[in-house]
Parts: sequence; structure tokens; C-alpha cells
Amino acid sequence: MDVKKSEVLQGTLDLMILKTLEALGPLHGFGIARRIEQVSRDVLQLNEGTVYTSLLRLQQQGWITAEWGTSENNRKAKFYSITKRGQKQLELETKNWERISGVIGRVLRLEAERES
Amino acid sequence: MSTRRASRLRALAAKVRGFLRRPRRDTEFDVEIQEHLQLLAERFVVQGMSREEARAAARRQFGNVTLLQEDRRELRTFLSLEALWRDLRFGVRMLCKNPGFTMVAAVTLALGIGANTALFSVIDGVLLQPLPYPHPEELVAVRHTAPGLNVKDLQSSDSCYFIYREQNRTFQDIGLYRNDSVNITGLAEPERVSALDVTDGVLPILGVRAILGRTFTRADDSPGTAKTVMLSFSFWQRKFGGDRSVIGKTITVEGESRQVIGVLPRDFHFGGRDVAMLLPMQFDRATTFLGDFSYQSVARLKPGVTLAQANADVARMLPIVLKSFPMPVGLSPKTLEDARIGPNLRTLKQEVVGDMAKVLWVLMGGIGLVLLIACANVGNLLLVRAEGRQRELAIRAALGASRGRIAGGLLLESFLLALLGCALGLALAYGALRVLVATAPTALPRTNEIAINGPAVLFTLVLSLFASLLFGCVPAFKYAVAPQLTALRESGRSMSESRHRHRARSALVVSQVALALVLLVSAGLMIRTFRALIHVDPGFVTPSEIQTFRVDIPDTQVKEPERVVRIEEEILHKIEAVPGVSSVSLSMSVPLDGTQTTGPVFEKGRPYSQGALPLHRFRFVAPGFFKTLGTPLVAGRDLTWSDIYNKVPLAIVSERTAREHWHDPASALGKQIRVGPKDDWREIVGVVGDVPKFEGDNIEVIRSAAFFMRASRAGSASLMEDVQKAVWSVDLELPIADMHTLEYYYSKSIARTSFTLAMLGVAGGMALLLGVVGLYGAIAYSVSTRTHEIGIRVALGAESEDVLKMVLRGGFKLAGFGVGIGIVAALVSTRYLANLLYGIKPTDPPTFATVALLLIGVALLASYIPARRAAKVDPMVALRMSS
Repeated sequence: MDVKKSEVLQGTLDLMILKTLEALGPLHGFGIARRIEQVSRDVLQLNEGTVYTSLLRLQQQGWITAEWGTSENNRKAKFYSITKRGQKQLELETKNWERISGVIGRVLRLEAERES
Repeated sequence: MSTRRASRLRALAAKVRGFLRRPRRDTEFDVEIQEHLQLLAERFVVQGMSREEARAAARRQFGNVTLLQEDRRELRTFLSLEALWRDLRFGVRMLCKNPGFTMVAAVTLALGIGANTALFSVIDGVLLQPLPYPHPEELVAVRHTAPGLNVKDLQSSDSCYFIYREQNRTFQDIGLYRNDSVNITGLAEPERVSALDVTDGVLPILGVRAILGRTFTRADDSPGTAKTVMLSFSFWQRKFGGDRSVIGKTITVEGESRQVIGVLPRDFHFGGRDVAMLLPMQFDRATTFLGDFSYQSVARLKPGVTLAQANADVARMLPIVLKSFPMPVGLSPKTLEDARIGPNLRTLKQEVVGDMAKVLWVLMGGIGLVLLIACANVGNLLLVRAEGRQRELAIRAALGASRGRIAGGLLLESFLLALLGCALGLALAYGALRVLVATAPTALPRTNEIAINGPAVLFTLVLSLFASLLFGCVPAFKYAVAPQLTALRESGRSMSESRHRHRARSALVVSQVALALVLLVSAGLMIRTFRALIHVDPGFVTPSEIQTFRVDIPDTQVKEPERVVRIEEEILHKIEAVPGVSSVSLSMSVPLDGTQTTGPVFEKGRPYSQGALPLHRFRFVAPGFFKTLGTPLVAGRDLTWSDIYNKVPLAIVSERTAREHWHDPASALGKQIRVGPKDDWREIVGVVGDVPKFEGDNIEVIRSAAFFMRASRAGSASLMEDVQKAVWSVDLELPIADMHTLEYYYSKSIARTSFTLAMLGVAGGMALLLGVVGLYGAIAYSVSTRTHEIGIRVALGAESEDVLKMVLRGGFKLAGFGVGIGIVAALVSTRYLANLLYGIKPTDPPTFATVALLLIGVALLASYIPARRAAKVDPMVALRMSS
């Protein structure tokens, strides 16, 4: 496993899950996986199990909480929801992400201009 | 960033919580996963898959559940700690499973580690620990140098002491001291004890306080005041039973009564020996002359003053000294000017440790090599064992254990082994140190400060860690890092050994041979040095049969010089009558005991240019001296007692001196010489063989006489009893001191060399033993793994002779490589031995050749035995063995 790549991926997954929970309210793991699958289409290949690792990490940081409930088809499921601190973190991370992706975008454009 | 730190802290807190609640299983998570998988599978069924297909697809999409669980565990608890604990238990189990291997490896390590710990304790106690006085860094030995006399190292003088004390700018205080020995009478039987003469500054400079009474004051140290004395703790215990009322009592020292004013602390050690008492110097400034550089001097620098500043200060004061005191009678002021006396201050520690530092570091280097060889041996053992465990390791790797985990596990086993070796080594070092301190007291300063203490234990632990890394790296690197896919396919040892597999072991063998060569060459050089020293003819025969002792007759006890000589002659005659004594004589000092008088010797009628003084050693002797020592008379005659009573100025010279000055011994007879410009002209009456020193006869009275007797009973207590009776029958007040055979002085004079030799010899012996065992083990094992290949060779028609040759060639090649590398390394490293050697160069070709041949021979022998066994292998057995 390449450590660098997986770390970036993890971080991104954390961010996506936080955003999903903020947008859609409490969800169970399966629902989160479906939502990400839906949004990312075929761009991201996701081992759905890693969603649970991410969820545990977010829980440990206190950014989301979990509660047992009943799913839409009447089955027992764990529902995750974002906390206040999680929302703050999401805001921070979003800004961070935009800033960095903006910078990277600019750099890449610069490189492209020189090459053409 | 604080947010990042906070998030890390939260993760850590979660881990701690998880770690404490570890046993609870993560059942909720299992439910969640099962639910998820089921939902996924249902979705696939809806898309038209069969149940089986759907379940498999769901699993694929979800990913590796086991891995996920491990990830979660890592998030929730300290996985590495758990793994460490597991590896630790596994390691202990592996070591217990194979006690033979464990013991051999641990004992090998213990030898290497123990020897290093012992020597480190010595180095720590002697070199590294500060001297046991407050602010030892301020203490300096005030010494001088006289390039004009070709004397590098000169002590201090009373004249210097006065000026330095009064006019210095860099010292807090300065003191002078001198070793002494004194007669104690009036307390049971007379006794001669060692003493230290000090000026009043010495004890305060060292920060030593009296445990009873007081220390000396300037008043005690002034001439004409009441005589005082301080007792050592042990003398106080021995003679007064620790009675506290001893203060104020008087004892008779050298026939004078002195008042006891204080008792020294039990741990007082100064001047390199244990003394019974301290006496004040009581220099008289009015009668002080220049030039008596026979006192040692210690000073305490003012805080912040450097040695260079103090040296400059002394250089400034030296001309003042020369102007302030008169010359001794008969010496012209020019002599002292020509001597060009300069300052040569050094730290007190340097003074105490002397040139032992160099010896000890050389020994440490040698013992360090032994540890390296031991590590190579253990590395070899581990390698052999890891080979047997190859399949186990490969299976673990195939099941997903990371290389780091496997390597870590192997290293951990090595570390456990090293810890075991460390414990055994400490025990070994403890024993070795007791032997060492007991056997090397004359050569080694500060022996009373040597012990296995905190630093030594820490050193041992660090050493073990280092050693385990060193030898543990070999198998860890080879089996965990190198790709091992083939290991599973290979069924045990069925394949022939590949070149690659050979390499690690070959490297170990080569480095072992090289290291052993360096050590053995060093030990060899020391042996040759020792032989060269022994072959220096000391000028006497069978020193073990010569008994010596000293009798001192202070002028307070016997005033008239004439009577002193009479007493001495009477003692001689009394001893002559003791059964078993064949001859007896006396002199001012024992040969080789370190006290020798060196001075210019002049021949009458020969012109001498200034500055080119022919220096010779000389000694005042009594009749029978040469006969007793066994030195042959080459020409002329010996002295007689009547010469002495008639005060005829006579001399006896050595054969070498006679040949240097007069070409042949006979023509030296009748020539006139004198020692020093004020001496009487002495007629040479005799020439003696092979004493490399000039000998003058007794013209001044020897008050401190060394008696010699040749007796078959030398060294026995019964002889000394008889001698004591003989002496006391002449004068009951005369104590006998320093009863030793001449051999004692002889071995003492080569003590440093024998100590170094013994230590290097032990190191060399260990290196040879470990090297041979390692070499044999490595080659024998490598041959045994090649049994299959050899079987094929024999089956294909190879003669047993060819097989023998092949194996021998392999061993020879490795040893040759090792010897080559070792010779280069030895050429570099023996330079550090250079100034311990005597009569031999550090690149001595015979030593190098002998050691190289020895090692190659050992390697061939180590190859021969397994080679012969291999050559006898029945090809069918060899082939079947591995099918």
C-alpha cells in the first residue's frame, strides 16, 4: 500500500461523508455508500467497507454521532449524524480544499500554457 | 497547528479507552457489516444475479472484512503494543524451544559483553570519573620542563614553591608534597611505614578535612615549631583501636616525638599509595637553595583560569625564582640558565592517570573487536537457524505479515538473546573485575575507584542493544527484506545452495577472520615486546633467590656516621651467619625499584665542553654487592670494608662504560673519575660485567640502606624471622621494611607491559577461540547444506578427492580474503600500539606472517573435517535424503 495516496483518499472520504451527512441528515452506512456512489458516478472506485473505518474515525474526533434506529425497510441500523463541531470542521475543511484545489488548478493551468 | 494536535489527542484518548476495554468484541460492528452486505446482495439480486453470485459480488464491492477489522482495531487501540507483546512472547518461546542454541549464543555474547563491561568499568573508574575531590577540574600538578638538560618532565622545588605561593596570580593556593617512609618506635615493635610529607596547603587544596582533630596550619609547617603529625584512618584503627583520645598524644617518628593533631578520613587516597601518616614539610626559607626539583606540587586554580594562563603565570615567575635564592655550593648559575627550565602544568587527573590512558584505550579497542567477533558468531548461528525457519517465515509473509513485522520479530528475538547475554556478561564482568583489580594494582592508578556502577550498567545495556542490532540485522535483512517467494516452493533443503544464500555467511566468516587477525597481531606484538623486555639483561641472576629489605638509621637515632657504617657491617655479618644465606651486601637502592641517581660523570684530565655532560646512572654500593647479585667481575677487584673505613675514594664501572671510554676493561683500571663537580676523584679498581650502569663505592654514609642476600630460602617467612632477629640483635630500635625478593621488583618494573600483555593475550585468546568456533561452524554448516549437491557430484563421477579439494578451496578462499583485509586493518590499527612496544616495530613482519599462517591453518582445519565427511557421503543416501 502506498501510504501517501491512501492518506489523501482517506481525508477526502472523511470530507465527503461529512458533507453527505450535512446535506441529507442522519443516514446509515449503506445509505452513505449509496449516496457517494451516486454522486461520484464511476470516477471513484470505492471499497464500501472503508466507509466504516472513516465513520469510526470521525466518531472518535467527535464530529459525528451514531444512534441505533430502524431503517426505511424496518431493519435495525446505526444512523450517523453530524455534530456542531463536525459542521465547523466541515466548513474549515471545505475552505481548505477549495483553497488548495484552486492553487493546484492555477499551477496546472500555468504548466499547460507553457507547454502549448 | 493546534487543531491538528487536538484531533491527534482525541484519537489518542479514544485509543486509550479502547485499549483499556480491549477484551470486549466489536459485535455492533459485525451486525452493521452483515446488514450492509445483505443490502448490497439484495440489490444485486434485484439486478438479476443468482443468490450465490450476488453474495460474492457484494463481498467484492465491500472489500476485505478482516483488513477492515484490523484497521478498526488499530484506530481503537494500540495495535503495535499488542503486536510487540505477541512478538515478545513468541520470541521467548522460540528461545526456550531451542535451549542449546540459546545457551551457546548467550554465552558467546556474555564473553564479549562481559569483557567489555569489565574494561569499561576500569576506564570509567580510572579515566572518566572526575577525581574524588571538590571541583577537581581546578586541580593541577605543577611540573616543569628543562629542554636544556634534555629533561622533558621535571618536578617542582622548594624555591619555586615559595615564589609561586607568594607571587602567583592564577592559583587559589599551592602545596608541595613528597613520598616518604619513616621509622615508628615506641609503639610495640619498631615499624617502618609509608608517609607523605606535605606543606600546609595540600589538604585544603584537595578539600580534605580531618575526621578528628584538625589539619596542618602554616604554624605547623614553619621551622622551629612543635613537631606534629596526622594519622591515616587505618593506622589510627590499627595502632590506637580508633581511640578518639589519640589527639594530643605523642608518637616517636624517626626518633623524634611528634604530637598527633588529627586523623584523616577513611577514603583519603593521594599520591598513588596508602600512607600511614602525614608530616608537615617545615621548609626553612632562609636555608633554601635553588635547584632541588624533587618535590611534587599540586595547586588549585582560581575559578575560570585556564591551564595556559597558569603556565604563562609560572613562566613569568620562574626568572624571579632564579633571582631570589642562592645556588647550591659548587654549581654555577649558568648551569641552571642552560637548563632553560619552563612550566609544564597539567591537570591533576593527567598526573594521577599518567600514561595508563593510552594502554586502556588500546585494550578497549581490542576487547571491542572481541565483541564484534562474538556478534559475527551469533549472527552466523542466527543465520543457520533462520534458514531452518525459512518456510515458517515465508508462510507468515504469504499470510499477510508485513516485512517490517517479520524483521521486527527477528530483531526482537535477537534483542532478547542480547539481554540474556547482557545479564550473564554483567556477572562475568563482576568476577573479571575482581581478578583484574587484584592482579593489576601496581600498573593501574585509582584501583580503589573501580566498580561496576550506573554508567557501566548503562554502557552494557547500550552495548547489548547495539550488539543485537548488529547480529540481528543479518537474518532480519536476509529473510524479511529479500523476496522469499521461492522459499515456499523449495521443499526444505532440496535445492542446491545458491550463490546468493552463501553470501551473508561468507561475509561473516571473512570479517571474523579479519578481526581475529587484528587482535592476534596486537597480542603477538605484545608478546614479542615482553620477550624483548625480559631479554634486557638486568645484571643479576636468579632474582627469585635474592631477598632484599631496607633498614633506615635516622641521624636522630644514631648520630655518628662512623657508627652507622659499623651497625650496617654488623648486620651484614649477622645475616651472613643465618643458615641458607650464601652472601649478603647493601646498597642505597634496590635495582629496578625506580629510584636511581643520574648525574654527570667526569674523567680526570679529559676536557668537557659545557652542555655536553656525559650522563650516567650511579649507585653507592657496599662490598659483596656484585657477588650477591651474581654479576661477574671482569677486571680488577671488589671493594673491601677497609676501603670504606679508610674512606678511600674508589669506583667500580660497568664493562660497557669501560669499553665506551677506555676501549677495554683492563685499561679502565687506575683511571680517576668523579660524579658531579664536587665529588672526590675516585680511582677505578674494578670492572663488572653486564650492569648497564656506573657504580660508585660508598663514601657517604648510607642511612637508608637496601640489604641484599642470596639465599635459597628467599621469600620465606622463616628467613625473614631469622633476618629480623639478626638485625635486632644489633639494634632493637631498627625496623625492617620492604621485604621483597628481587624478582618482585623485577616483575614490578615490567608490570605495565605484563598487564597489557595479559589483557591483550586474553582478548587474543578469546578472539582465536571464537574465531575458530565460528569458522568451523560456518564451513561445516555450509558443507552440510551442500550434501545433496555433493551427492550429485559424486554420482556424476567426482572423486572424493575432488570433493575434498573443492571444500578446502572454498575455506581457503574465505580465510585468504579475511587475512588480506585483516592485514590492512592491522597495519592501520597497530600504529596505536607503537609506544607500548619495545624493541619491535608495529609492522613486524614475522608477527604478521605467523598470525596469518595460523589463521589460514585454522581455517583449513575447520574446512578439512566437514570436507572429509562430505567426501565420504554415499551418493544414494545424499540424494534420497532430500527427496
